[in-house]
Amino acid sequence: MLRYAIKRIGYAVVTLFIVVTVTFFLMRSIPGDPLSHMARALPEQTRANYYAKYGLDKPLFTQYLMYMKNLLRGDLGESVLYPGRSVSETIAKTSPISGLVGGIALAIGFVIGITLGIIAALNKNRWPDYLVMFVAILGTTIPVFVFASLLQYFVSVKLGWLPPSGWGQPRHLVLPIIVLSFGPVASFARYLKSSMLDTLSQDYILTAQAKGLSQRDVILRHALRNSMLPIVTILAGRIVGVFTGAFVVERMFGVPGIGFYYISSINNNDYTMILGTTVFYAALFVIAQLVVDFVYMLVDPRIRIVPESR
Amino acid sequence: MDKILEVKNLRVSFNTYVGEIRAVRGVSFELRRGETLAFVGESGCGKTVTAKSILRLLPPVSAEIKAGSEILYKGENVLQMGQKRLQRYRGNEVSMIFQDPMTSLNPTMTCGQQIVEALMLHKKLSKQEAKAEAIKTLELVKIPDPEKRFSAYPHELSGGMRQRVMIAIALSCQPSILIADEPTTALDVTIQAQIIDLLKELKEKLGTAIILVTHDLGVVATLADRIQVMYAGQIVETGTAREIFYEPQHPYTWALLSSVPGLAERSKQELYSLKGTPPDLIMPLECCPFAARCEYCMKVCRQQMPQVTNVTATHNVACWLQHPHAPKVKPFYERGLSHAQQA
Repeated sequence: MLRYAIKRIGYAVVTLFIVVTVTFFLMRSIPGDPLSHMARALPEQTRANYYAKYGLDKPLFTQYLMYMKNLLRGDLGESVLYPGRSVSETIAKTSPISGLVGGIALAIGFVIGITLGIIAALNKNRWPDYLVMFVAILGTTIPVFVFASLLQYFVSVKLGWLPPSGWGQPRHLVLPIIVLSFGPVASFARYLKSSMLDTLSQDYILTAQAKGLSQRDVILRHALRNSMLPIVTILAGRIVGVFTGAFVVERMFGVPGIGFYYISSINNNDYTMILGTTVFYAALFVIAQLVVDFVYMLVDPRIRIVPESR
Repeated sequence: MDKILEVKNLRVSFNTYVGEIRAVRGVSFELRRGETLAFVGESGCGKTVTAKSILRLLPPVSAEIKAGSEILYKGENVLQMGQKRLQRYRGNEVSMIFQDPMTSLNPTMTCGQQIVEALMLHKKLSKQEAKAEAIKTLELVKIPDPEKRFSAYPHELSGGMRQRVMIAIALSCQPSILIADEPTTALDVTIQAQIIDLLKELKEKLGTAIILVTHDLGVVATLADRIQVMYAGQIVETGTAREIFYEPQHPYTWALLSSVPGLAERSKQELYSLKGTPPDLIMPLECCPFAARCEYCMKVCRQQMPQVTNVTATHNVACWLQHPHAPKVKPFYERGLSHAQQA
């Protein structure tokens, strides 16, 4: 088990290294730099001083080495665009907000999606199944920004129940959470339905019924857990999606989360900010993968790692 | 009351896109306390469907138990039980083990947990009591080191062990009837013998009545008190094990008996095999269903369904050969080579 863990962490580090390197050079291949816009009007000497300050005057590879050296020390640098604002601090301040909104949305999406999936599986080819599958198709095909605008228009503008955007009060959370949970509801419902149908045709379900268990117990105790593997697989992507999928939604609802800053830093070529956030996302994804592998083992004892006997 | 199970005119159909498949066509039989009754026949002749009907375990969407069928458990009609009553009946009064132990246990639950579940449900035991009881049951089915096996997952056990766990689950609540649906078919031969021995021992120890579904006459010989030979959803011959093995009357039973490989003395001789397959159960059957494959087929066999004749009080046959005007024939294996083998 320990050997496995060490191996996995080793892979994780390599993955992160590759992600950082590729992002670094890709970012530099985009024309312009963070200073080009604002420094245009400055005198030649001042501009050169600014470039020197951020090390942007040095050869690209030297800059890369510098960045990597700082990264190893845990220093993600300072925003080029907003001097004095450190990248780590920004992430630390904004990611919990994204995490809160996205986390609640994911939890709600998980519970509702699983429930709908069970209902659809048990009512195969009857109207509840068709209804759930209709919702699932809507959830996967309607882009979030369309759904978000529709909600803002009807719920906020027409009915006036909730503010269309803003931050600071619990009611500001409602709309973004609804929008963000729609996708998970759709995919969890769809995946669970098919895997549940597969599980229900297994022999051990017959055994459970022959034992005298009620329909409810057969589903909850025997069928559900065995149907969860595909769900766990898509969960990894969804955990990261808690942060990344929220780019557009955070912008539209004015949620000051990390996605909000990520977009503006990309728009402004804010090198350190882009790299910092990318590193953060990559790390998050790698961790999510590790968590998922661990959850696999919890769900299915057959996947548990047997200590190597050599 | 001696009869604990009585099935009257059971008819089961499957509604499929090609039409109605009449899998069980008017089956009637009874089971007495502590008795072992075997259902014997080829694949697809309605044995398993009949067995599953007793627990109402057929898929609710496609299977239909026809009106007029009756399954009486101690006088109570199983087909009219409500959900709650049915759940108390399943596992507690009648339980079932299945063909393939590799897939019949929940892979994500420990073996012990799967036994405990039934005990807590039916016997209202606490967790600790149920665990103690489950370990006792594991001992009963002769699983070595039951305390350790209690927390093992099914994939950690061999096929034979898993079938023992299945038997333990089924017997944990001391049901009065155990339905064993091909309990040895998926196991290898040496393990088969062990499982048969175990069932035999348990039946004597616990006095559980057993309905044994199998196509293996070897299994039947050691276990069954009575045998019911099924063909095309009907019972063609029924009698005590002795009567079926020593005085079989139906040509289908003859065919089944002679397809069992014997030991050394006949090993040079080619094993008899019954040609053809059972009839398509979508078709209505107005004549004897076995007529097409029967070596003794007469004109009447293709025109009318044979009536059930009593050979003795316990021995019934549905065959036109029993008719007083029918020619007296002997089973082909007593005449030497059969027509089929000469051809």
